[in-house]
Amino acid sequence: MIPEIGLFSLLLALSFASAQVVLPWVGVKKHDKSLWQSARWFALAQFIFTSIAISFLAYSFLTDDFSVAYVAAHSNSHLPWFYKVCAVWGAHEGSMLLWVWVLTVWMTGVSFLSEAKHHPTIAWVLIVMALIAIGFYGFILFTSNPFIRLLPSFPTEGQSLNALLQDQGMMIHPPFLYMGYVGFSLAFAFAMAALIEGKLGYSWARWVRPWTLLAWCFLTYGIVAGSWWAYRQLGWGGWWFWDPVENASFMPWLAGTALIHSLFVVEKRDRFKGWAVVLALTTFSLSLLGTFLVRSGILISVHAFAQDPSRGQFLLLFFLLVVGISTLFYIFRAHTLSAPPEKVWWLSKEVFLLGNNLFLYVMMLTILLGTLYPLVLDELGLGKISVGYPYFNSVFIPLMVPFLLIMGVGPQVYWRETPTSVLWPRLGGVGVSVLAIATLAALYFPPYFSWGLWIGLVVVLWLFSNTAVYAWKLKHRTIPQWGMVLAHSGVAVTAMGIIVTTLFSQEHDVRMRVGETQTLGGYEYQWVRLMPLQGPNYSGVKAVFNLYQHGRLINTLSPEMRTYPEQHYSNPKAAIDVTLFRDIYVALGQPLGSDSWSLRVYYKPFIRWIWMGGLMMMIGGLMGFVGRMKHEPR
Amino acid sequence: MQTKRKKRLGLIVSIVLGVGVATGLVLYSLKQNINLYYTPQQLLSVSLKPHQVVRLGGLVKKGSVKRESNNLTVRFVLTDYHAKVAVEYTGVLPALFREGQGIVAEGEWLPNGLFKAREVLAKHDENYHPPGVEK
Repeated sequence: MIPEIGLFSLLLALSFASAQVVLPWVGVKKHDKSLWQSARWFALAQFIFTSIAISFLAYSFLTDDFSVAYVAAHSNSHLPWFYKVCAVWGAHEGSMLLWVWVLTVWMTGVSFLSEAKHHPTIAWVLIVMALIAIGFYGFILFTSNPFIRLLPSFPTEGQSLNALLQDQGMMIHPPFLYMGYVGFSLAFAFAMAALIEGKLGYSWARWVRPWTLLAWCFLTYGIVAGSWWAYRQLGWGGWWFWDPVENASFMPWLAGTALIHSLFVVEKRDRFKGWAVVLALTTFSLSLLGTFLVRSGILISVHAFAQDPSRGQFLLLFFLLVVGISTLFYIFRAHTLSAPPEKVWWLSKEVFLLGNNLFLYVMMLTILLGTLYPLVLDELGLGKISVGYPYFNSVFIPLMVPFLLIMGVGPQVYWRETPTSVLWPRLGGVGVSVLAIATLAALYFPPYFSWGLWIGLVVVLWLFSNTAVYAWKLKHRTIPQWGMVLAHSGVAVTAMGIIVTTLFSQEHDVRMRVGETQTLGGYEYQWVRLMPLQGPNYSGVKAVFNLYQHGRLINTLSPEMRTYPEQHYSNPKAAIDVTLFRDIYVALGQPLGSDSWSLRVYYKPFIRWIWMGGLMMMIGGLMGFVGRMKHEPR
Repeated sequence: MQTKRKKRLGLIVSIVLGVGVATGLVLYSLKQNINLYYTPQQLLSVSLKPHQVVRLGGLVKKGSVKRESNNLTVRFVLTDYHAKVAVEYTGVLPALFREGQGIVAEGEWLPNGLFKAREVLAKHDENYHPPGVEK
């Protein structure tokens, strides 16, 4: 009965979505405010009924109802309750349900909390969002119904959740990533509303900016959590692989970052309006593309998403429809948004933010090319290829260096015209000190010197010192300004982490047996014991290592090898000794016979900085959101 | 007016230059860094440049995994049911590596017929079949 109620709720939500398209449309055309304001109640109704659907699916998981095909395929009675809840979005059907639920969260949020709620624009926004929701309800009901029953004969035990997904990261990463992806649908809907209404005023940017910023924060956190999770869980100690599934989340992030910066110009200077609309349309389209790439299974990815191609066709069609319609609207309606031309000062915030947008957009395009190129060749029958990290690194790094350099200067230049008498001496001072420090640091550690390190240090120090100087010189500091300072410093911290980890990591693949001791990066690790392990739904072995520095015991590490009987699958659980400046990472490989094992032992300096910087960006973004929501309407 | 035009021209030229340089970089690195993917049967019929890195996908033949006794070198045979290629790899294999499992090896095909892998990828899915590998 429970799954049927879930399915019925989903059907009800679909009908409310349809009402959310029709009634507000009529209302706006007839200038009937009470009619178009009904949209928000339909949004709330969608939220309530999708919440019921998703809770009932969770209930089926918690009560081990294996008559539900989706539960039988992705859970079993030995699974801890925590992972039963996470299993709701552990595979395709449920994750699409999560997608649409998140969409209803955003539309309800914006319809009740946005400053735009008394303005007809919100009606168009909610109509567009309802149309997107209808597409996804259709997708779920026709191709990916999570409530299908295995009747009359159903298994008495389920197959269990993919062992890799049984981790705390599963609680955080997918929902936050979706909050980000789907949150950009708001910017998309606002952009479509502006094109439909043919006007984009000062208040438009003020409405869109905080919500886009919030979506960006969620996506940032989702990506950081995903990177951290992969590092811990995949047992290979990497934090980014340039895997297509990772790129799928990174492309909307880059476009979204460009979008929040261009919205800044729209709000303050009434410029970049058409461009901001393009970015809003692009960002959400990339989110949809990401969903399609990940969910269709056409990618050869190291991450686990093998899927049914027929579902991919539906998503591809939906993606092309959204891109096609929004592009047509843009082509025929963009002229209504243009502002009269105005003199351009080279040394102005406008130009620097334009630079920011160009770089981010080009970076996004290079990743898009590298990600889609193999797929296109394959579809055309021109052979199977893979594009790996050498391509992405060799394209991305040369773009990143000038990007970070202008990022240091950007906040310090003024709107319109910047008095050079202040700026040049300041930049000169920072530049000379940065060059001196980087050179001294490189000379002080001659064995580690490389031009890559020197350039990296110069760029990171330049960004960080300029951001600090900017914060120091500010007269009236507001919360959003502090947020910007924090987020930009976060970029410097992440960049520092990437540079040091990449240049100075030491990775040992070793063959070892119990009792042996080896050294790595000034540390000694001794394999003390190997013992059997019994978990709630897995068994396996647990190794105990003593970690010494200068002969002193600093930690005991216990990596595990967990075997999940339902899946005939073993999964290493790495053990990590964490400090601010380095990780020591030990993962069991495979037993090699005669008591020896293959092991991965890694020394990873500054790797925490990569994620710390990401968190700083996210908190900075949140400060911008909070500061703007508190802002009184001017 | 004159200076404004000049500036606009400058802007357009710099955008074109920027996009051109970026495109050039992209195409150059794409050309350098593409790895072709083959199944064992296809590999036997293509001619590769010396030291060319390619990807080879197939199933690990049952009973073919042989390890050396004092280091991390392992040899196994990849098959697509039509042809077989011997692979050598030194390092820690992914957790999902097993006899009968579909995997993708990245490396060089040596003149002596041995495929020297520098990386072995296994999909986190027990039912995974590398593309093109069918009975």
